[in-house]
Amino acid sequence: MYLETKQLTKKFGGLVAVNNVDFSIEKGKINAIIGPNGAGKSTFFNLISGFHPPTFGQVIFKGTDITTLPANQIAKLGISRTFQTTNLFEQATVLDNVMVGHRLRTESNLFDAIFRTKRLQREDKQCRDKAMEVLTFVGLQNITHKMITNISQEEKKRVAFALALATDPEIIFLDEPAAGVNPDETEGLAELMQKMVDYGLTVCLIEHKMQMVMKLAQKIMVLNYGEKIAEGTPDEIKNNEAVIKAYLGGSAIA
Amino acid sequence: MTSIFNKRNSIIFFVLLSLIFPAVVPNDYFLYLMTTAFIWVIAVSGLNILAGYTGYLSLAHAGFFAIGAYSLGLLTVKVEMNYWIAFVLTLGITSLSGLLVGLIALRTKEHFFAIYTLCVGYIIYLVIDKWEGLTGGVRGLIGIPTPANIGSLAFDSVHSQYYLVLFFMLLSLLIIYRIVHSLTGRTFIAIRNSEQLATTIGVSTMKNKLLAFVLSTFFAGMSGALYASVIRFIGPEIAYTSVMFDLLMYLLVGGIGTISGPIVGAIVIVWVSQQLQFLQEYRMLIFGPLLTLIIIFYPRGIVGAFISLKTRAQAKKRKVPIVNESLTPTQKQIEEG
Repeated sequence: MYLETKQLTKKFGGLVAVNNVDFSIEKGKINAIIGPNGAGKSTFFNLISGFHPPTFGQVIFKGTDITTLPANQIAKLGISRTFQTTNLFEQATVLDNVMVGHRLRTESNLFDAIFRTKRLQREDKQCRDKAMEVLTFVGLQNITHKMITNISQEEKKRVAFALALATDPEIIFLDEPAAGVNPDETEGLAELMQKMVDYGLTVCLIEHKMQMVMKLAQKIMVLNYGEKIAEGTPDEIKNNEAVIKAYLGGSAIA
Repeated sequence: MTSIFNKRNSIIFFVLLSLIFPAVVPNDYFLYLMTTAFIWVIAVSGLNILAGYTGYLSLAHAGFFAIGAYSLGLLTVKVEMNYWIAFVLTLGITSLSGLLVGLIALRTKEHFFAIYTLCVGYIIYLVIDKWEGLTGGVRGLIGIPTPANIGSLAFDSVHSQYYLVLFFMLLSLLIIYRIVHSLTGRTFIAIRNSEQLATTIGVSTMKNKLLAFVLSTFFAGMSGALYASVIRFIGPEIAYTSVMFDLLMYLLVGGIGTISGPIVGAIVIVWVSQQLQFLQEYRMLIFGPLLTLIIIFYPRGIVGAFISLKTRAQAKKRKVPIVNESLTPTQKQIEEG
C-alpha cells in the first residue's frame, strides 16, 4: 500500500464531515475524489495533509503512520498539495513565488543570511534552478519574470502546481485544479496532470468536472455526506447505483 | 542602458550625503535631530521585519525599545558596568524578553495579535512607571553615560555620536537587507502571504515567526540603548503607546515591507514635525488627515508609491510586446516542440 487511510473520521462539533473512510491511493496513477458539494472532500485532503487532526482513524504513508505529524513535516516526507483558491503573492514575480517552494530542502539559517555564506549562495541557486525546472515543467518558462497580478487565472493555477512541485513531492494532492478555467484550458491542465504521472508522480485530485475526471482518473472514490459510497475505475463508478442516486436523486441516499 | 540613478549609485550617494551632513548643517541642533531620526530608523526597520515582511503587526515595540533603553541605563548607572559590555548585554536582554513574549503572542493572529501585543506594551510601560525601586518611576533615570571610548575614538560630542549612530544604523540596515534577500527572508514573506500555504510547502511557521519576532525586538533594543546614551535621560513615557504609534506612523508613511521605507518615514516625519513645532499638539491635526490619505491612496507609503511609479514608467518604455503572449502555455509548448 502506498498511501492509505483507515477508518478516517473527522467531526466538527455535531457534524460528521468525514465518516469512517478507508481509501488507498495507488502509486503512479491519477486518483480522484468526487462527490456533491459539502461531501467532505476538502476535509479529507486536510486530514491527509495534516491541517486538521482526525477525530479517529489513521493515515499511513509507505508503511509509516503520519496521522499526528504537523503539516510542514508531512510536506518534507514528499506529500504536497494545492488549494482551491490559489493564494500567491500578487506583488512578486512568478519565479519569486515558486523559489520558496524548495526552501524545505535547504538548510541555511539566519547566520548564513547575515554573512552571505557559501551555503546560502549555493542553496539560493539550488532554489532558483529548481523553480526554473518546475516552471518549465508546467510550461511557464516564458513568464517567470511577470508579476502574478498580470497573469491569467489558468497561469496562476500552473504557478500553484509549480510551487507544489518545487517541494520535490512523490505524491501531489490537487484541490479542484480546474475550477474557474475555461474548457480549453481545462484540457491543458489535464495534460499537465498526465505529464506529472508520466514523470513518476502520484496524483490525487478533487474535481467537479466529471468529463475530465472520467477521462483522466484511473481510480475514483465517491464521497457523499462524509461517507465513501463507491470506489473503483471510471467505468465502475459510471454504472454504480448509489453514485447515480447521489448525483441525481439528491437526499434520497442514506 | 543603465541609468546613473540605479540602486547601487543611489545607496553610495545617500551614504556619502549622510557622512558629509555634519559639515554642511549650520548648527548642532540639526545634527542632534538627525541622530534621533537615525535611532528611530533602527527601531522601525526592526519592526518592519515583523510587521512588513512576516505580516505580524506588533504594538509592543515601544515596550521593547524602553526595555533596551532602561537595560542600558540601569546597567551603566546602577551596576556601573563598562558601557560596551552593558550594550551587548542589553541586546541580549531585549532579545530574550522578545523570545518570551513571542512564544505566547505568536499563538494569536492578525488583530488578536495586535491587541495582545498592545497590552504587553502597556504592561511594560506600567512596570517601568510603577517599579520605582528599580527604574526610578516617573522621575526617570538620569546621568546615563555617553558611549565609552573605543581606543582613541571618543563619543562625547554631538558630531561623534552622530557618526556612532550612523554606523549602527547602516550596520542594521545591511543586516536587515541581507536577511530579507535571503532564503530566510523569502520564508518570512511566504508566511506573510499565506500561513496555510507556507505550511504546505514545509515551512515551520512558528519557528520562523519567532525568529522574526526576536530579530525585531533585537533592533528595538539596540535603538533603545542608543537613545538612552544619546539623550542621557529616560522616563517611562518612552514605553508609552504614543511612542508605539510614532513608530507605526514612520513605518506606514515611509512604506511598510520595503527596506528604505523606515528610513524615509522616520527622517521625513522627524523633520516635518520639527518644522511644525510652533503648532504644538495641534500638529496632529495635520498628521491625522495626511496619514489617512497616505493609507488610502498609497498603502505602501512614500517608497511604495515611488516603486509603483517607477515600474509603470518602465512598463511604458518596454512597449515591445512579448511574442506569442496571446497563446496559452500549452500551445506554446506544442509550438516549441
